[in-house]
Amino acid sequence: MKYVLLIHQGTTPTPATPEEWAKLSPEEQQQVYADYQAINQTPGVTPGTGLQLPETATTVRVQDGRTLTTDGPFAETKEALGGWLTYEADDLDAAIELASRIPAARMGGAVEIRPVAEW
Amino acid sequence: MNDLEAVYRDHWGRVVATLIGLLGDFDLAEEAAQEAFAQAAERWPRTGVPDHPAAWLIATGRNRAIDRIRRDRTYEAKLRLLEPAHAAEDEMDDTTFPDERLELLFTCCHPALSLDAQVALTLRTLGGLTTEQIAEAFLVPEPTMAQRLVRAKRKIAAAGIPFRVPPPHLLPDRLSAVLATVYLIFNQGYTYGGTLAAEAIRLGTALTVLMPDEPEPFGLLALMLLQDARRDARFDDGRLVLLADQDRSRWDSREIAAGRAALDRAVALQGNGPYVVQAAIAALHAEPERDWARIAALYSDLASLTGSPVVELNRAVAVAECEGPEAGLRIADELELDGYRYLHTTRGELLRRMGRTAEAREAYRRALQLVSDPPERRFVEERLAELG
Repeated sequence: MKYVLLIHQGTTPTPATPEEWAKLSPEEQQQVYADYQAINQTPGVTPGTGLQLPETATTVRVQDGRTLTTDGPFAETKEALGGWLTYEADDLDAAIELASRIPAARMGGAVEIRPVAEW
Repeated sequence: MNDLEAVYRDHWGRVVATLIGLLGDFDLAEEAAQEAFAQAAERWPRTGVPDHPAAWLIATGRNRAIDRIRRDRTYEAKLRLLEPAHAAEDEMDDTTFPDERLELLFTCCHPALSLDAQVALTLRTLGGLTTEQIAEAFLVPEPTMAQRLVRAKRKIAAAGIPFRVPPPHLLPDRLSAVLATVYLIFNQGYTYGGTLAAEAIRLGTALTVLMPDEPEPFGLLALMLLQDARRDARFDDGRLVLLADQDRSRWDSREIAAGRAALDRAVALQGNGPYVVQAAIAALHAEPERDWARIAALYSDLASLTGSPVVELNRAVAVAECEGPEAGLRIADELELDGYRYLHTTRGELLRRMGRTAEAREAYRRALQLVSDPPERRFVEERLAELG
């Protein structure tokens, strides 16, 4: 099975929010980098690219053939998407285990697991 | 015919579990099982029940599924999975097919499914209850329940929820999810009647057979049996009867004995988890003379395992019995349970015993605001009337 793990940062401090990020100790910051590195090197993982903050997002919808462009992420909540990766795994349990190792999952955010649609 | 009903009850879960294991598809497996049972209903009254009914039903269901797959190209990829397990009918016994009920139970109770879905799926696939029966037991319309089952099965397939017993590092969490689901089914039956309590006991018994070295399933089974034994004595003429006032001759002594035996097994396995402790408390309550100091000590253990204020309230009741109402009230008054009716009935009773009648009345009035169940309401009204 192939899964996409959508990383919702929530209130997780990241380098994109320098004030919050600075509240972490250097050890905690290093741990976050080390954890992401370990995740990205896990067999089956294809890292996605990190995303800039939700306020830089633009959402596109097409209605009746017209493209509607709006400012902001699709769901205008604090739970905006912060990054993603894909993971080739045997089953959902394996994906849950990987998701639980992603720092955002324990630092105020959440990770959403979606099986990839096979057409 | 009743024999067939019993065969259905005893074997449905086993047959469906093994067919899901073979076919990898819930719907196909359920249909195949239904066809196998229908064939049995037609044939067994003439030929007699075969020596190994489960193996016969699985083999028949598998053959029906193969026929169906041959007719339907979308299932073609599954066909090759079925060929190895071929055996002649007279060579079959109970070991011909693996018993995969445990795999099925862990799949149905996977945390990626909502609790509602876990319960419905467990009752449908392992218990063999119809969608209509499950809907009725949970007081929801049948189409809602049908939709819940469809969505749950779809999610299992689409999200890749594995059909297996979880590996050791996941087992404690997952087992407690399974136990919670079974206990929820029991409580629903205990509260609303019907067959659910018996179904939960059946599932609990199966768990102890399938996991004979795990203490908590024995604890849960013991707890359910000891509670169920008192079911008929809980009400008298629609009136709620407290444990202390129950007519013990209406307790089911066979169930109490079975409950104690399951508890002994759990203790022998060094069990000290929440279900084992609750069962130990239930067993003490079933003694002719209740040992309130031991009951209070067990509630204290349970409170540290669960962190639940409701457990603390129960401890307060036990402490009041052995150390006096003042000691019990001190514990109860610390609890943040204002929206919980039993806090107020407990405080009312303890205050009454202490002669603080006005405060007791106040507490029962607060309970009355929170209670909706008619027998309970009547119980509180009678206490209030006694206080004048």
